[in-house]
Amino acid sequence: MNGVDARAAITQVHHEEWARVVASLVSRFGDLDIAEEAAAEAFATAVERWPADGVPPNPGAWVTTTAIRKAIDRIRRENKRVVKHKEAQMGYDPPDPIDPPEPLGTIDDQRLRLIFICCHPALAIQARVALTLRMVGGLTVPEIARAFLVQEPAMGRRITRAKEKIAAARVPFRVPSAADLPARVAGVLAVLYLIFNEGYLATGPHTDPVRLDLTAEAIRLTRLVLALVPEDGEVAGLLALMLLTEARRTARVSASGELIALDEQDRGAWDVALIAEGHRLVRGRLAAAAAGVAPGRYQILAAINAVHTSAPHVRDTDWTQIVALYDQLVRLDPSPVIALNRAVAVAELDGPAVALAAVDRLEETLAGYHAYHATRAELLRHLGRSHQSRSAYDRAIELAGNIAETAFLTRRRDQLG
Amino acid sequence: MQYLISVVHDSAGLATPSEMAAIDAFNDDRLIADGHWVFAGGLAAPSTATVVDNRGGEALFTDGPFVETKEFIIGFWIIEAADLDVALGLAAEGSTACNRKVEVRPFL
Repeated sequence: MNGVDARAAITQVHHEEWARVVASLVSRFGDLDIAEEAAAEAFATAVERWPADGVPPNPGAWVTTTAIRKAIDRIRRENKRVVKHKEAQMGYDPPDPIDPPEPLGTIDDQRLRLIFICCHPALAIQARVALTLRMVGGLTVPEIARAFLVQEPAMGRRITRAKEKIAAARVPFRVPSAADLPARVAGVLAVLYLIFNEGYLATGPHTDPVRLDLTAEAIRLTRLVLALVPEDGEVAGLLALMLLTEARRTARVSASGELIALDEQDRGAWDVALIAEGHRLVRGRLAAAAAGVAPGRYQILAAINAVHTSAPHVRDTDWTQIVALYDQLVRLDPSPVIALNRAVAVAELDGPAVALAAVDRLEETLAGYHAYHATRAELLRHLGRSHQSRSAYDRAIELAGNIAETAFLTRRRDQLG
Repeated sequence: MQYLISVVHDSAGLATPSEMAAIDAFNDDRLIADGHWVFAGGLAAPSTATVVDNRGGEALFTDGPFVETKEFIIGFWIIEAADLDVALGLAAEGSTACNRKVEVRPFL
């Protein structure tokens, strides 16, 4: 065993086992802080030992056992009485170091409980995102801080405050009751979608236009939630939506770092494996819808993306079906952003004048949103109203936060005669 | 584990008779019947408050609330609940009963 192999093994085990290790420690010790620190220490020990000693036969179990020892050391080192008192308060069983390891089903259940704690509605949304990436995803505080362009100490405080609230207010480490479950799963999906979108359309002038680490992490965590809650169709819908979006990633930004619109993308560069998996998930949900299960918004958004990714060329796009899906979505979520996206599809079906009239009705709510002005600019261009189109591009460029998008909008504007 | 549920008052007027009836039903049928009841009470308007500061050795009495706000606490429940999810569920029912927003805060 050489050091390179050991390092690769550690990276893989960290990826696969981090959430399991943390969840099992939270279950034992009833404290997110102890769990997080002990898990981190255990992986640090692996980095020291595995290159010399070799990778243990069951690396996940080795890390868990090491982390449990680290946690017990810390509890002994600090005031044991205080921790015991806290445990009694939190209603967890006192830790027993000679407890046998939990059977597999329990561990999956523990990971799910960990996700529900991190995405608890009593926490601020930014705290939920940060805590999920740290505790479930295993990203470090500096990594999360960088991803969201927040100073490291500020991100550290955000996570610490969330952990303190969880302990003080006694957020339970359990799967929510059946009555609360759909709403709580929806809350988890909102956090995962936020992580994905921040990766997909990163904001800020100094970040990469697409943050692969965040999109990949969001997909990984959504796969985990799907494995844990397979009966919720929205989870499959969100995963399909992410996969079908991710499939177009390489075609979406040019070599010079400029965003490429859907109609101009090289469809041959799309990832066929991701598209096939996304389509399979969408077909599964269509079958459920045919059986009478009403689809939620992620399933409809995934279906829209499935229609786009089914067209070998932009002219083959089934716009009638896309507009019909948007109509379904508007009934579910009458937000102006959905109406704006629907108008883009309407332009293909009924022409730019009809679409522009629909977009202009959204001015009051969307005047500060770059995509509103970008959409108007494109529609005005098609109508030959260059002067108005130019000022709409100007406004969109002012408001856009993503550098690839700014580059795209600037090029489109400068193409105007 | 005990939680304070503060009732936040953001409009003029005290509880109406129908709100009072809903609060009584929530107290009896839910909090007391299910063993969550510890204590509850309504408060008079902030203009009736007196601030007392005796840290300097001589008690200083000042008229009025210690901070003037548009929203203020008009009443509270202290409940016993196994965890925050239970407390939030009860708080949601309490908010409907008293027709006001409430704040849930754990005791140490």
